[in-house]
Amino acid sequence: MSDSLRQMWEYLSSDAAWSGRNGLPALTWAHVRISAVAVLIAAALAIPSGVVLGHVRRGALLAVSVVNIGRAVPSFAILALLLPFSLRYGFGLGFWPTIVALVLLAVPPIFTNTYTGVRDAPPDAVEAARGMGMRAGELVRKVELPVAVPLIVTGLRVSAVQVVATATLGALVGYRNLGTPIVSGFTSPNKGPMLAGALVVALMAVATDGLFALAERALVPWRRPVRRADDATVVAEEAAPAAVR
Amino acid sequence: MTPVLAAEPLVRWDWVRDHTDDITAQLWEHLGLTAAAVGIGFAISMALALAAVRWRWAYEPLAAACSVLYAIPSLALFGVLVTIPFFGLGFRTALVALVSYTLLILLRNIVAGLDGVPAAAREAADGMGYERWRRVLRVDLPLATPAIVAGLRIATVTTVGLVTVTALVGEGGFGSLINDGLSRNFPTPIVVGTVLSVALAIALDVLFVVIERLLTPWARARVPSTAGTRADDALVRARGRAAGRWSALVGGRP
Repeated sequence: MSDSLRQMWEYLSSDAAWSGRNGLPALTWAHVRISAVAVLIAAALAIPSGVVLGHVRRGALLAVSVVNIGRAVPSFAILALLLPFSLRYGFGLGFWPTIVALVLLAVPPIFTNTYTGVRDAPPDAVEAARGMGMRAGELVRKVELPVAVPLIVTGLRVSAVQVVATATLGALVGYRNLGTPIVSGFTSPNKGPMLAGALVVALMAVATDGLFALAERALVPWRRPVRRADDATVVAEEAAPAAVR
Repeated sequence: MTPVLAAEPLVRWDWVRDHTDDITAQLWEHLGLTAAAVGIGFAISMALALAAVRWRWAYEPLAAACSVLYAIPSLALFGVLVTIPFFGLGFRTALVALVSYTLLILLRNIVAGLDGVPAAAREAADGMGYERWRRVLRVDLPLATPAIVAGLRIATVTTVGLVTVTALVGEGGFGSLINDGLSRNFPTPIVVGTVLSVALAIALDVLFVVIERLLTPWARARVPSTAGTRADDALVRARGRAAGRWSALVGGRP
């Protein structure tokens, strides 16, 4: 261990760590970029479909199945399975198989949380909105979607953390990111780059988790200590599943 | 790596036939790692959950610590652990990573299950003179069984998937097949490893459903004719509440 720590220190004090396409900044940027793109694509696919299905209150089985299947199919396996296809159809190594695997991984939590959040909007609030003459679009925009926001952000948080973690596996199919020094470090006598890469990616994952936790608080002010017990939003928050606590 | 020849089929059945011994050995390795990880994870989480229920203030910090562990990518954990001689490339490193990912899921579900025990059942037990820990053992935990089993199901299915990744540190069961196919650019072991890993996850999930039915005979007795009695109602309500919390957890943190 102390040997490895010394090697990491030597690596961090060398130029190689800070410049070039194998330097930590380039690897970190590649990691952040592919993770952000994957989560954005997944959100663009999952949120609209979750809102629609949640609004019409159909597809409960789909919502549960999508999460269960997503959990049972290892992302490592998806990545490995995609590689032969990617090569066969000319998409090559690296970016394409990685991004497809990450999007597939990121969709289920966002979709299911959006669906659950919209579907479980408090019925009295929905009825009141209908009574006020709101049409479907307005009802979604003004009532169901705002009430679902905490759960949607939770879904994004779960997905983002998993995507940052799984993007490291992209190194195995040739996508150069923070996983690259880790994978090559298993067999290399110099453990410096591996340890440095591992620490940066661990910090990045924990920071992602923390950032989304802060976003949850900022977006959902009524989650903070409640004063008035008869506040309608409190009822809404209680109706939403207690996922984040 | 060279591109796969267009003629290469996804599965070469003769390869599967020639490697049945290898595949069986990987099945046992996969099962062994999963059982060890979920078993150890369950023991640790149960201790943490009981502490968190007894000392309420401890729950938030414990859950936060577990969620930090949960957020750390497995590859990063491997990268750090293999540099420590005690762990190195192999079983111990794989096990530490796998156990650390079960903790958050199990802790949350056990605590949610214990919280879902109806106050009436608790008070009745207290009134009957149950001491604290005996009540936890005989009343709280049995009533929390559905939520606990739900947690075990999620943890087990997740672990079966994660075991494939431990192939990178030389363990990994079916993951070794996937890794082998990946490094040789040979689809057959990748497909076989993936299909068997998913099948194993589903099989273990079903096994837990059966176990839950055996552990909660009162849930099976929930037919319309018995719905009238008060005691039964309380149990049904308790179970419903626990189930509700479970679905919340499913949505929240897969």
